[in-house]
Amino acid sequence: MTDNSNKKFHLSRRRLLTGAAAVSAGAAMFGGSPMGFVKGAWAKNFRNDPGNNSFVKFGFNVPQTGAYADEGADELRAYYLAVKHLNGEGDGGMLTTMQPSSLKGNGVLGKKVEYVTGDTQTKSDAARASAKRMIEKEGVTMFSGGSSSGVAVATQSLAQEMGVIFMCGLTHSNDTTGKDKRRYGFRHFFNAYMSGAALGPVLKDEMGTDRRAYHLTADYTWGWTQEESIKNTTEALGWETVNAVRTPVGAGDFSQYITPVLNSGADVLILNHYGKDMINSLTQAIQFGLKDKQVNGKNFEIVVPLFSRLMAQGAGENIKGILGTTNWNWSLQDAGSQAFVKSFGQEYGFPPSQAAHTCYVQTLLYANACEMAGTFYPPEVIKALEGFKFDGMGNGPTEYRAADHQCFKDVLVVRGNENPTTQFDLLNVVQQVPRAQVEYDPAIFGGELGPYEV
Amino acid sequence: MITATPRNDLLLMVFFAIAILTMPIWLSPIGAAYPDLLQRFAIYGIFAIGFNLLFGLTGYLSFGHAAFLGVGSYTAVWSFKLLSMSVIPAVLFGVITSGLFAIVIGYISLRRSGIYFSILTLAFAQMSYNLAYSVLTPITNGETGLQLAQEDPRVFDNLFGGAMESGTGIPPTNLFGMEMSGYPGFYFCAVLMIIGFYISMRITRSPFGMMLKAVKSNQNRMSYTGLNTRPYTLAAFVISGMYAGLAGSLLAVTDPLAGAERMQWTASGEVVLMTILGGVGTLMGPVIGAGVIKYFENIFSAFNDDALHEIFSFLPDVLQDGVVAVVGLFVGEGWHLTLGALFVIVVVFLPGGIMEGISRLSRIFSQKKAEEPTVKTRTQPGE
Repeated sequence: MTDNSNKKFHLSRRRLLTGAAAVSAGAAMFGGSPMGFVKGAWAKNFRNDPGNNSFVKFGFNVPQTGAYADEGADELRAYYLAVKHLNGEGDGGMLTTMQPSSLKGNGVLGKKVEYVTGDTQTKSDAARASAKRMIEKEGVTMFSGGSSSGVAVATQSLAQEMGVIFMCGLTHSNDTTGKDKRRYGFRHFFNAYMSGAALGPVLKDEMGTDRRAYHLTADYTWGWTQEESIKNTTEALGWETVNAVRTPVGAGDFSQYITPVLNSGADVLILNHYGKDMINSLTQAIQFGLKDKQVNGKNFEIVVPLFSRLMAQGAGENIKGILGTTNWNWSLQDAGSQAFVKSFGQEYGFPPSQAAHTCYVQTLLYANACEMAGTFYPPEVIKALEGFKFDGMGNGPTEYRAADHQCFKDVLVVRGNENPTTQFDLLNVVQQVPRAQVEYDPAIFGGELGPYEV
Repeated sequence: MITATPRNDLLLMVFFAIAILTMPIWLSPIGAAYPDLLQRFAIYGIFAIGFNLLFGLTGYLSFGHAAFLGVGSYTAVWSFKLLSMSVIPAVLFGVITSGLFAIVIGYISLRRSGIYFSILTLAFAQMSYNLAYSVLTPITNGETGLQLAQEDPRVFDNLFGGAMESGTGIPPTNLFGMEMSGYPGFYFCAVLMIIGFYISMRITRSPFGMMLKAVKSNQNRMSYTGLNTRPYTLAAFVISGMYAGLAGSLLAVTDPLAGAERMQWTASGEVVLMTILGGVGTLMGPVIGAGVIKYFENIFSAFNDDALHEIFSFLPDVLQDGVVAVVGLFVGEGWHLTLGALFVIVVVFLPGGIMEGISRLSRIFSQKKAEEPTVKTRTQPGE
């Protein structure tokens, strides 16, 4: 009896053990994943915590194909440079000029910065898929990029859902930090409202108060808000808006939209286009002879509210004399800009664009906020960024407004250079519009940031 | 090859279900085992299975199936916005609405066959795309894409769940309280895909499926025998459209956002590629094709030069730079190139798609095992 029961016991214990082993092996195989949820249950445990790793990963999600591919390529260059400088390689760039700075040039919080890249294809769907890959597979603690506000808005809301901070790259729509703002999204770049506020007085000086404007607008969030902002500004000057036509992004051929302008009685054409779209529409407008026309007894004028050197390069001769605004230009003489232009030039042999500048600055700002917070825990990093005042990053004294995560700084009004000395010397700064003139109440755009903890 | 007996079908079904549900395990060595990509495998698998019901069985090549995908997505997102964050109404309405769309488009397009049918469906899809992109912006939010907002009504949720306290953010999509992002989202899609696969198998094996195959082999002859084929093709078109709607609504379930680019002709072309790459008319083929294309899109596009340098770091520096420069053309932003090359190779050497490759291989192996020349006329026993 005893023998028998003993034997039985042995058997069952053995079975139990093998069974348990099998179950735990199975669980481990399925593992990787369900751990993901369990993590969220811990108070200070957060998604993609670098923990004891010797490195921290950033994700750079930029358009490598499509209408904004040029900007995307330049953004990537800036990210590479930022990572280099953060890791203490190269000449340090803006790390040396940033005020105040907690960055030490030994990575972030002692962890070496690594990065992964992705292609947004300038499509919300593809951008989110790419961002999800970075977050779910590569384990990034922050991702950044974008050259389209549609994409920025879409990825920013993903950032909020996933609890991973998104540092917007080039996005100019009011919605990004307006009605679609998110707690996990931050924008250093200026916006359409600021463009309008900065351009207004210059337009008044140059073109007077009796003008008839015709808008061609890229048909998505950025175009819409820029059209609205510029309209508000110009109509306040006394201008009349003849028509505002929406054009699809990446249209390529704009002739069907430009021909009607000729007979509309308008004497100013406002191109709310960006990237290759702007290059194409401006080039075609010039080819149609708009610039040489006289309408209502005045010279026909073209305004491109959002300008960049890359676009100027693409549009070549056509850019001469055209007015617009820009977030930053490489010809600025402050220490921060010079340091950045110098290291970018040494690395790549040409000066950076405004897209590159904002992406570079955003990466440094995130890294700095982590150092200030002493952790990668997103709510603490967010709190460090909110209301952060800094200088020496190329735009003069700048503040990350806590209410809407928008940076406030001076805005540049520029004009296409009539006599460029080099192939990069394409924009003349007409005026550096002070921050006070472009500031606004965050309540005017509505929206809600959402919670810190997700 | 394996003959279609009920027993073999059951085996295939079980094998398929296990293979799909264990994807997180066996896909991890190739770096594809993360929720978002797995969800995409399942969702586009459903899309391709549905497309194959039309193209594979009746031979009608629809070049506008992405329209139904988009309709499903928009409907689902609106269901989240207006009704509830529960995925059940979203999926149901997504399928129903795209079914209705399919009836209208199918009724008109199916008056023609062959290339004219393809062009008609392409035209409809392009119209839907343009409507979504710039005309119906109040409904679709244009380029920016339709998104959820904090202040959406969500009637049912607010009715039963009480008012949401402010500062909690947008609630996630859920199935009876289970969040539909990450792995639960994948398993939800995977289960629906297995059900979809089962239905497609039943249809293929049914008299109705036989009728559709007859349409493919010779529609004129069927007409001459006095049979009206239109109801059959229309039914196939609508079912196929509903599969696409299901896929579209699942895209919204796992990621509550709908963009017009889902309806673009490239998206329609993609599902044709998936089906042809995998094997037209086979049950498994489209699923495999969908997996391959999504894998390329998500993994190959993510390689950058640094990653390549790491991979080829075993080579001497000079050689390494050269290899990276050449390979770099085919990854990163050049992933389309790789896909194109693969597609050409498959179509030229394996007209029946990847499935043909698999069956050829299995034939070689079974011959080796049997060690006797198989007589072509003899039906082979199923394993």
